[in-house]
Amino acid sequence: MTAPLVVFFVLAALAILGALSLIWQKHPIHSALSLIVVMVALAGLYLLMGAEFVAAVQIIVYSGAIMVLFVLVIMLLNAGIEEHTSISKLAGVPGLLLVIALAGFIAATIARSSETVQAAMQTGAISSTKGISNMVFRDFVYPFELTSFLILVAIMGALVLAQREKS
Amino acid sequence: MVPTNYYVILSAILFGLGVFAFVFKRNIITIFMSIELMLNAVNLAFVAFSQALGKLDGQVFVLFVIVVAAAEAAVGLGIIILIARNRQSLNVERVDLLKL
Repeated sequence: MTAPLVVFFVLAALAILGALSLIWQKHPIHSALSLIVVMVALAGLYLLMGAEFVAAVQIIVYSGAIMVLFVLVIMLLNAGIEEHTSISKLAGVPGLLLVIALAGFIAATIARSSETVQAAMQTGAISSTKGISNMVFRDFVYPFELTSFLILVAIMGALVLAQREKS
Repeated sequence: MVPTNYYVILSAILFGLGVFAFVFKRNIITIFMSIELMLNAVNLAFVAFSQALGKLDGQVFVLFVIVVAAAEAAVGLGIIILIARNRQSLNVERVDLLKL
């Protein structure tokens, strides 16, 4: 077993445990902290794949900004321990079956396509950050400008939604 | 060198766990977090295929997905605050009426 494989398995186990903990924890703030563990583990996997810019963005934007927003809202709303009714416990059974069916479908697809994926595999360290900036500001410049518009609309939407109605 | 299959399988497992959390959890904030988990799983698959094919398109797509997730989080949490203010509850089973 080579060193990258060991690192992969450690980070993958961390990510899966974090996701399980998200489901297991009753309090939303514990779930949020579990999700941060998943995101940091995924950032480590991106580094392992040589996508250092995506890893940095993942840490800064996802586990930094977005999760801070989540934790802030949880504290703002004073969210307590979630309550399960008998109906929701019942919904877990078909939910679990559906998830197993979905995972089986995805696994079958991967197993069938594994040869083509492996055939396409070519190692070669591509200069990640420089290449990404070239692509974002050259090939994808219109979608990039559109995202700024999307963020503007999202800011306005959040403001309109969260403001108190004047009585 | 880690095979691409491993990354895709991990991505599928995380996506499945996200779907299960989405179905099973009752707190609206946790449901929202499980959506983020699914987006993260998809991002992992994007980066894995980007690395496997030796092209950077996947990583650029991940950046766009992160931007959309940030916008979605801002708007979604605004909606959650509104729901919590109107219903005095974060349990989705208590949010079953279109009109109060």
